[in-house]
This record gives sequence, structure tokens and C-alpha cells, in this order.
Amino acid sequence: MQIYQQKAEILRTEKFTGDIYRFSLKAPDIAAEARPGQFVMVRTGEGMDPLLRRPFSVHQVAEGGLVQILFKIVGRGTQLLSRMQSGKYLDVLGPLGQGFTNGENNQHFLVGGGIGIAPLLFLAKQLLKRNEPSAIKVLLGARTEDEIGILAEDFGSMGLEVLSATEDGSLGQKGLVTDLLVPINETRATVYGCGPYPMLRVVAGICHTKGWGCQVSLETIMACGLAACLGCTVLRSDLKGYVHVCKDGPVFNADEVAWL
Amino acid sequence: MAVELPDLKINIGALRLNNPVMTASGTFGYGKEFASLVNLHRLGAIIVKGISLLPRPGNPPPRLAETACGMLNAIGLENVGLEKFLSDKLPFLLGIDTPLIVNILGDTLEDYQQLAARLDEEEKVAALEVNISCPNVKHGGVAFGTDPDMAYNVTKGVRQHFSRPVIVKLSPNVTDIVMIAGAVEEAGADAVSLINTVLGMAIDIEFCRPKLANIFGGLSGPAIKPIALRMVWQVADAVAIPVIGIGGISTPEDAVEFMLAGASAVQVGTANFINPKATEEIIQGLETYLTEKNMASVQELIGRARRT
Repeated sequence: MQIYQQKAEILRTEKFTGDIYRFSLKAPDIAAEARPGQFVMVRTGEGMDPLLRRPFSVHQVAEGGLVQILFKIVGRGTQLLSRMQSGKYLDVLGPLGQGFTNGENNQHFLVGGGIGIAPLLFLAKQLLKRNEPSAIKVLLGARTEDEIGILAEDFGSMGLEVLSATEDGSLGQKGLVTDLLVPINETRATVYGCGPYPMLRVVAGICHTKGWGCQVSLETIMACGLAACLGCTVLRSDLKGYVHVCKDGPVFNADEVAWL
Repeated sequence: MAVELPDLKINIGALRLNNPVMTASGTFGYGKEFASLVNLHRLGAIIVKGISLLPRPGNPPPRLAETACGMLNAIGLENVGLEKFLSDKLPFLLGIDTPLIVNILGDTLEDYQQLAARLDEEEKVAALEVNISCPNVKHGGVAFGTDPDMAYNVTKGVRQHFSRPVIVKLSPNVTDIVMIAGAVEEAGADAVSLINTVLGMAIDIEFCRPKLANIFGGLSGPAIKPIALRMVWQVADAVAIPVIGIGGISTPEDAVEFMLAGASAVQVGTANFINPKATEEIIQGLETYLTEKNMASVQELIGRARRT
């Protein structure tokens, strides 16, 4: 697989509620190659502090060689990034890692928690090429409406059914996104999950019980994204060794990794 | 008349390099990981991830923590082991027209000797770099690299089983690095490379626990450059064999500094993570620097700051 290091112009920045930003970057080589679930590594500034690139899943690719990333301010790196203006250039490396694979089952559930929703828009677009909109459902969860309101609309405009859950009840059902998954009765389905580890652990458990396919996108601290530093390890399900999120993932079959 | 480009060639003992820029072990995988980003044929040498006799799973996560201008790692020497290196990784490297240096590590003197003997049979392996920072299990876990006698014995053991150049990579986590350098020189090392990472730690104040599962880790990146430069200066003063500088080298200017301090070559480590093209940019920048300074050869840089 070809990996590119590009100086990508920021064509557009959007600020949403809940400290969430969406950047549209001109990165034609990466846009042409990227698959849903893959990620890019972005330098957040010119200097040496913060030192490391930050990983972001590809939120969407669009005509004209556009790559979009969606991020929330969680630390200094994302803080610096959020202050970047359109017209500036970002050093972007990608596309990296293994993305989602199309499940064989006829029902697809996209389950996202908080900023973990980012890669699911790209995935939904790809699934729509081979499936009717009625075969795809989107389940979104967050603390408050602020964090997912705009994204719920994006999925809705694609003609997909969106179910939401918020911890404060400001959008959809009051509770967790996993509460939305439990009552669903399908014999054959594939779940694509992305979000915080505790959420994914519950998603994996539900899928295991129901006998559904389950792919999860994991997040870890990462230095290179190229399988060189071997820092982004996750314990294998056999507990006998490790997989690397950057190379073996970030998308894994839920039964490949240990749920501790 | 065309202006002659400066000569970047350098010798490390019997090892002839087209330029003095190598990849530091553990920061460049087995080369293939960077193939679509870097012209591997352009590099001075490729040093691959450290190899042990048997595969090692490495440490539990978290293995990384970012610090000011640097990073901590506690990978735990995860690697595929000698046999898998030979069967799965070496074939790709055979096709790369750049000297290959294999970094080796072991728990016992015998481990190092076996690795050296087996790798001696592979002609593509131009040199060995001996990592003596790991604990010696037979001697109660004392690292080979912190005791001059043990450093001497490991170097001698590898020397006796490997016919091409042997480089010994030194740890900065010692009272007197010059003494260790002297011991490995006496044991027959062809060169020393320094420094390995500096022992450090970081604590998560939200969860009130160390950020690394291993508690301690090795600090690397621009933060350690002044320490590395000082140690290169000291060691270059004390030994007659070539010194290879490592520690936070990210730009051509950094590489020039290390060579002015006495290094004959440099290794680029953590910078590969941030800028995968760092090695190529440093080679290009060295050429530009020499041209601007009207120097015909990169060898003119070696130790130049010591003579003024």
C-alpha cells in the first residue's frame, strides 16, 4: 500500500459546538487511496513541542482531492491544530492502517460514541454503494447533543435512519449508545464500532451474545503510525502477545483483541 | 565550469558509506516500513530493529508517553527473533543497495555470540551494532552496558564470531561513558555509537500513576541532544575508533554539530517518526552546508570544533 507525506492546504475549517472541528484538506494522493477506517498522522505545528504527530481517522474524502478530519480538542496538539486557519498547510501522512471491511450480512449497524463517530461517515458512504439505505442504521451516542448534533444531520441527509442516545437526554434517548443496540432483533448483522474503549467493550459483548459480526476501530497513543516504533500495542485475545493499532488496525475484528 | 559537489563518503573501519547518515535501530522498522516515503538507496546505512535469538513480545501497554520536545518509550525490545528476521525481513533488504547494519541484543554472552556467528554467514549484513543496554539475566539483571568488564566481554565475544565491523552502542545511563567506551575499544570494537535513550519517567496526574506500564522508559528526541553531544565530544576525545553520534538529530544542522564534536557519522532516530523523510533531508542539507562552507569533503567536519 502506498503511503504519502503531503503538505496539505487547509481549504476550510468548521467549528461545531462541543470543541469539535472539521478541517477540509487538499491531499489528492491520500484522498485517492484512503479507505474507510484508515487514518492519517498530522503535525500540529512547525516546532518540536508537541513533538509527535497526532492520528486522526479519515472522516470523509470528497471530490477535488479533499480529505476531511473531524477532531475534538483534548490536549495541546488538538488545541494548536484548532487555531490553524484556512490557507495554511498541514504536514499529513497517510493513508495508514487497516480499515473496515464490508460485512457479508444484510444488516449493517454503525455505532459511534462521541468523536469516535468521525470515520463512520466515510464508511456509510461506501456501504451505500452496495446496499439499500434501509440496510444501514446509524447509532450515535454522546454526553450531550452538542457533540453529535451536526453529525446526526449528516447521516440523516444521506437517507439513513439515525438513532441517538445522550447521557443528559438532550438528543434522542437518555442513556448510552449501547442501550440502543441491545433491543435490536436481527439474526445476521455486522456492527462497525468506533468510540471509547469501555463503549467498544460493551458493543463487542453484545455482538458476541447475538452472534453478529463486529469490527471495532481502536485508539491508542501512537508515535509513528508506520509500525516502526511498536508503541501502539493492544493485548491479543489469546493474551499471549500484542497487536499494533497502526499496522494490524486501527480496525480489528472484535474477537482479535482482549477486552479487559 | 560545473561546481563539484562535496564528497559525502565516510569510512567506519572497513565499512564504506556513501554518506554519514544512518537510521537508528528501533526507529525505522526493518526498512520496508519506510519504502514508500524514503529512497532507501540514498541512505548511508540502514540499521534495523534490534534482533534477539528468540522473538520477544515486548512490554505491556502503555509503552509511550510524549514529553517536552521528546518522548519516552518502553517497548521492551519487541522483535521477530533471528529466524524470522532471516526468512521474512532480510529478503527485502537484499534488494536495497545500501549497507545493512543489524542491531543485536541478548540476555547472555552466549546469545550475543550465537547471533554474531549466524549473521556472519549473511554477506548482506555489512556490520553489527551491539546493543549492550539490556540486562544480563545471568548476572542478576545488571545491564552489560553499565559495567566495563561485562561490556568488554560482550564486545570480545561478538568480535570473535563476526568477521566484519562491530559497532557497540553505548548507554548514557552510566557514571562514566568514557570508561565503557575505552573498554569496548580495547575488546576490539571497530566503532562506538552513542547515545541510547536516557532513562526517565512521566506521571499521569489525572489517574495518579506512571504514564508507562513499565514505570521507567527511555527518553529520546530533541530534548536529549545536548546530553548526547556532550558525550560524543567526551568519547571522541578518549578513543581512537570512529564515533557515531545519536541523540535527537532531526535536522542537517544537528548532524553538523555532532560531526564537529567528533562524530564520523550520525544516526537519525525519533525524527523518523515525526518526519519520515528526515534522513534524506539531512543528507541533502549536509551537502548544501558543505558547499556553502567551501568544504570538499564531509570528513573535514569531523572533530573540527575541537581544533579551534
